[in-house]
Amino acid sequence: MSVHAAITVRRPLDEVYAYWSDFTNLPRFMAHVEQVTVTPDGTSHWRVSGPVGTHVEWDARVVEADPPRVLRWESVGSADVENAGSVRFTEAPGDQGTEVRVEIDYRAPGGKVGELVARLFGEQPRQQVEDDLRRFKQVLETGDIMRSEGSPGGTRAGNQVRQRTAEPVEETPEGALGPG
Amino acid sequence: MSGPAAASGRAAGPATNGHHTGTSSTPVGGDAVAHPRTDRDAGPVGEPRGPRADDERDEMRANRWMGKGVVEVGEVPDPQILSPRDAIVKVTSTAICGSDLHMYGGYIPTMEKGDVVGHEFMGEVVEVGSAAGNLRVGDRVVVPFPISCGACTQCVRRNYSLCENSNPNAGMAEKVMGYSPAGIFGYSHMLGGFAGGQAEYVRVPFADVGPLKIEHDLTDEQVLFLSDIFPTAYMGAEMCDISPGDVVAVWGAGPIGQLAVASAYLLGAGKVVAIDRFDYRLRIAQEKAGAIPVNYEEQDVKEALLDITAGRGPDAVIDAVGMEAHHHVGAINAYDKVMQAVKLEPDRAGALRDAVLNVRSGGVVSVVGVYGGFVDKFPMGAVVNRSLTLRSGQCHTHRYMQPLLDRIVAGEIDPSFVISHRMSLDEAPQGFEMFRDKVDECNKIVMTP
Repeated sequence: MSVHAAITVRRPLDEVYAYWSDFTNLPRFMAHVEQVTVTPDGTSHWRVSGPVGTHVEWDARVVEADPPRVLRWESVGSADVENAGSVRFTEAPGDQGTEVRVEIDYRAPGGKVGELVARLFGEQPRQQVEDDLRRFKQVLETGDIMRSEGSPGGTRAGNQVRQRTAEPVEETPEGALGPG
Repeated sequence: MSGPAAASGRAAGPATNGHHTGTSSTPVGGDAVAHPRTDRDAGPVGEPRGPRADDERDEMRANRWMGKGVVEVGEVPDPQILSPRDAIVKVTSTAICGSDLHMYGGYIPTMEKGDVVGHEFMGEVVEVGSAAGNLRVGDRVVVPFPISCGACTQCVRRNYSLCENSNPNAGMAEKVMGYSPAGIFGYSHMLGGFAGGQAEYVRVPFADVGPLKIEHDLTDEQVLFLSDIFPTAYMGAEMCDISPGDVVAVWGAGPIGQLAVASAYLLGAGKVVAIDRFDYRLRIAQEKAGAIPVNYEEQDVKEALLDITAGRGPDAVIDAVGMEAHHHVGAINAYDKVMQAVKLEPDRAGALRDAVLNVRSGGVVSVVGVYGGFVDKFPMGAVVNRSLTLRSGQCHTHRYMQPLLDRIVAGEIDPSFVISHRMSLDEAPQGFEMFRDKVDECNKIVMTP
């Protein structure tokens, strides 16, 4: 199962590549990625939230890094959901910044990939990736995830389906005012 | 777009603010806010925080949409800073907009019971995040209705109502409409789910980009309409590319139509015609803005326009009505109402059709009325065969605020002439009802919290 999406970010190519290639930044804009730690040998450990408080974890390694154009990674070992991702960066026309194209492939043992992916990422994995890219753009262009009273957690499909009333929030939402 | 917007010398304006240009470093957040809520509750800490510091309550009154035809003023939590570029504004004046009536009437999807509404407001800054630009506690500001980041390609091109970053529910808007415009205060979840300005306090995102400081000795009523209807009307006139002496016809003599008449004259029009069916609105357009009034229930509009222009037709026309247009031909009006009711034609477009059919060949059709989706029976043949230019847009308000403030300061116009009623925020439910029903010659309502 393959999901792809694209967005244009009005920042220079080098900066856009640099932000993505530091995998510890990914939780800032990928809704389901809770934490990525990078070990000195270049492998990374991903902790991803699933439904009702469950987590899925895997190790990944970069299989191609061609700064500032291409970055590809894939899960290693016995991941519950084998996955591979690539992101390609190209200059947008004029002063429009950088075009970002993402492709993510999921493979699950036993061929139940659709079910597993749906369980992990909701019914609309494409929407998830699109919203992740919107958050990526927001962080790079404006410095923060966009938040409203109806969506205090920012852009994520789950929030959009289950809106709060558009009245002021009483508690500062998790992650607001910076990742720390 | 060319024109007076280029005169803007506003220090806080995104076009001149270095940290929003493509060459600067990314303003990545993560900073603490200057005055987190816990500090405020604990009592005076640090620098003065304005009137809000003395306010012990943590609830405020706000006007909330409760369902089709129902708004209620109730208590909701005080707003809080959610991002370093936010500010909290204590509202001193807020208005009911004609577009609020579309929402009130149930024509705007993705409203939820309890949503705080309102997008025309001004007030005093009582709290700022750590990256709110040159905004300071105590500043008096007017806030534009679209929320704009100042940094995306559309904002840099000054198309502020098309901001690519300000709608956290962009995915929802794309599902409902197929695209996502900027977030808007108090105007549905698909446009962001932002709590609105018909309240005692409101959180203003991108406070370093939107709010216009008022440092002149002007009343709230003189500057409040810089938040929406004056720039909207002015943009409608600007899109007409008026040459000196041109004749412009404006469909809809509500507050935006009245201000569009005034704006067309400011831009050099020779004659401006206002078309409506409410005599009191036509009277205001005539007496306060110099319009030639045409009541379409009493006069044949085409004949009147051909007479005024000696057979040429108006050089440009403005649709200041939008999607709930009434049509003078009963059968067409009934058709539109039925089609809208059964969701086959979401927008009733009688005014737009008439505008297209009455402009002179080669003329400009400028649309600033609110449309949500599709229109039926659009006279595309007239557009093509008569080489018409169709222009439109939700107002790129930020462009126009400073130059229009300059015109107010210079005494060229006082937009407060549109106000017919003043009331307390608590009276919002009665205000919505009388504005909708056009009771007591209701033209424009300003409320104070």
